[in-house]
Amino acid sequence: MSPTELQESPTDVVEVATPKLERDARRADARRGFLIASPSLFYLILFFAIPLGIVFVYSFATRSSTGLTLLEGWNLDSYRRLWDPLVGEIAFRSLLLATTTTAICLLVSYPLAYYMATRTARTRTILFVLVMIPFWSNFLVRTYAWRVLLGTEGPISQISEALGGDPIRILFTNTAVLIGLVYGFLPFMVLPLYASLERMDWSLIEAGRDLYATGWTAFRKITLPISMPGVIAGSILVFIPTLGAYVTPAILGGARTTLLGDYIVSQFLAARNQPFGSALSFAVLAVMLVATIIYFRSGARNL
Amino acid sequence: MSVGVRPKSPTERLLAANAWLVFAFLYAPIVVLAVFSFNDNNNVGIWTEFSFRWYGEMFQNAPVMNALKNSLIVAAVSTTVSTVLGTATAVALERYRFRGQRLFDGLVYMPVIIPDVTMAVMMLLFFASAFRMTGGFGLSFGLGTISLSHIAFSISFVAIVVRARLGQLDPSLEEAAADLYAGRWMTFRKVTLPLIAPAVAGGALLALTLSLDDVVVTSFVAGPGSTTLPVYVFGLVRRGVTPLINAVSMVMLTASMVLVAVSLVFQRERGGRSVSGDA
Repeated sequence: MSPTELQESPTDVVEVATPKLERDARRADARRGFLIASPSLFYLILFFAIPLGIVFVYSFATRSSTGLTLLEGWNLDSYRRLWDPLVGEIAFRSLLLATTTTAICLLVSYPLAYYMATRTARTRTILFVLVMIPFWSNFLVRTYAWRVLLGTEGPISQISEALGGDPIRILFTNTAVLIGLVYGFLPFMVLPLYASLERMDWSLIEAGRDLYATGWTAFRKITLPISMPGVIAGSILVFIPTLGAYVTPAILGGARTTLLGDYIVSQFLAARNQPFGSALSFAVLAVMLVATIIYFRSGARNL
Repeated sequence: MSVGVRPKSPTERLLAANAWLVFAFLYAPIVVLAVFSFNDNNNVGIWTEFSFRWYGEMFQNAPVMNALKNSLIVAAVSTTVSTVLGTATAVALERYRFRGQRLFDGLVYMPVIIPDVTMAVMMLLFFASAFRMTGGFGLSFGLGTISLSHIAFSISFVAIVVRARLGQLDPSLEEAAADLYAGRWMTFRKVTLPLIAPAVAGGALLALTLSLDDVVVTSFVAGPGSTTLPVYVFGLVRRGVTPLINAVSMVMLTASMVLVAVSLVFQRERGGRSVSGDA
C-alpha cells in the first residue's frame, strides 16, 4: 500500500479544518517545538554562545605588565600580532601538518574502504568491527602507545639494532607527530568513506564496463563521484581536529615543533597573555569555519 | 550488491595488501602496549617476565583511583544530561518548525567543528568571569565545571546522531498514530521513541566516550583535586613512559572495547528493526 492511498481516505477531516483552525494548530505546534528546544537552546546559549562571546571580547582587551588581563583600553594589538613572522611560521607548520595528515589518511583509507565495501557481507562486518575498535578507543592511550613504540629502548629501535641498523630516533620530531596524527585520525577517514562506498549500487560499474569503459575510467567517472560526500566528510573530520591538535604534539613532539594548539595553550598557562591567546583561538576558529563552508560548497557543486 | 566473481587481478591483490598493512598499523601499537603492561621490569623497554604487578600497583595508587572515580562521576552526569537534551534538540529540529530554528540549528553544529583548544579557552574564560562576578559563593573550578563543559560539547553529537535516525524514519508511522487519535506526546512515547532508541543509545555512547576521552577542555576547567583519569595520565605521560601508565592505558582501552561491543549489539538491533520496518 502506498502512502498516497492512505492519505486519500480521511477527506471528511479536511472539511472541518478551517484556515483559522489550521493556523492556530500550526502556532500551537511551533510553540511546542520551541518549548522542546528551549532547555538545550538555553544551555547552548549560556555555556557555548556566551563563552564564545567572552573570548571575542577578551581578544580586544589589554594585557597589563604583570600578565593580568585588563578589560579596558580596547585595542587591536592582539590581532596585529597575528601577522608576526613567528605566528605565521607556527600557522604554516600546523596547516602543512594538517594537510599532510589528511592527504595520507585519504590515500590509505580510500583503497581500504573500497576493499571493505567489495567483500562479502560476512567479511565486511568483521572488517567494519576492526575499524570501529580503534575509532572508539581512547585517543590519549593510542597516542601514548607510539611513545612506547618509538622510544629509545622501544621495540622499533630494538628491531632496527638487532638487524644491525642504527637505533631509530624519531621521537620528539615532526615525523613522530605526523605518525601519531595519522594513526589517531585514520578511522575518522575510513568510516565515512566506507559508509559512502557500501551504499553504492555496483551494477552502475557493470553498466559502465558494458559500455567499454576501462576499470580506471569506470572508477573515475562513477565510483569516485558517488563516494565524494564520504571523501569530504572524512577530510573535514581529519583536517579540523589535526589543525588544532594539542595532545599528539604534546606527547610525541619536541620543543622545536610548536603548533597552533600548544601555542594557544601556552598563552593561557605559561605566557599569560589571554588577549593574544583569545585572538589566536578566534582566528583559528574563523579559518576553520570558512574552510568548512568553502569545502562543503565546492564539494556539493562537484556532485 | 553482486560484485561478480572475477579472477584475482593485480588491483585486487594491491587492495588486499593495503588492507592488511593498515590493519597491522592500527593494531600493532595496541598489541605492543598490551604485552608491555604485563612486563615485571621497572624499565619499560626491557622484558623480564610476565606479571600482573603493575595492575596491582594501579589499584593501590590513590591518585589514579581518585581520578578514575572523578572520570566516572563526570561521565555519568554529562552522558545523562546531554542524551536527554540532545534527543530533545533532534526532535525539535526535525519534527517542528518554529521561529529562530535556523539560528538554533547553526548553534547546535558549532560545538562539533570547534577545535578542542578553542573550546577549552572559552570555558576557562567563561567560568573565571562568572566566578569573579558572583564573587565567591563557594563556587570554584571542579567536577561541576568539568561536567558543564562536557555537556556543552556532547549535546550536539547526540543531537546529530539522533536527528539522522529521525530523518530516516518513515513519517507515515507517526501519521498513523496521529490518525488513531494519539496526541503528540503519546505518539512520541509509543512510536517515535522506540524507533529511535538505538540511535539514542548510540548518541549516549558517543557522549560517554567523548567525556571519558577529553583531555584538553578538562585540563583547563579542572580544579585542585578534581583531575579526571585522562588528564592525570596525560600529566604522567608528559614526564615519561612508566609501566604503571601501560597498565592504566590497557584498562582504559579495555573499557573502550567493552563500549564498542555494547554499541555493536545496539547496531545489530537497529539493523534488525529497520529491516522489519521496511518490509
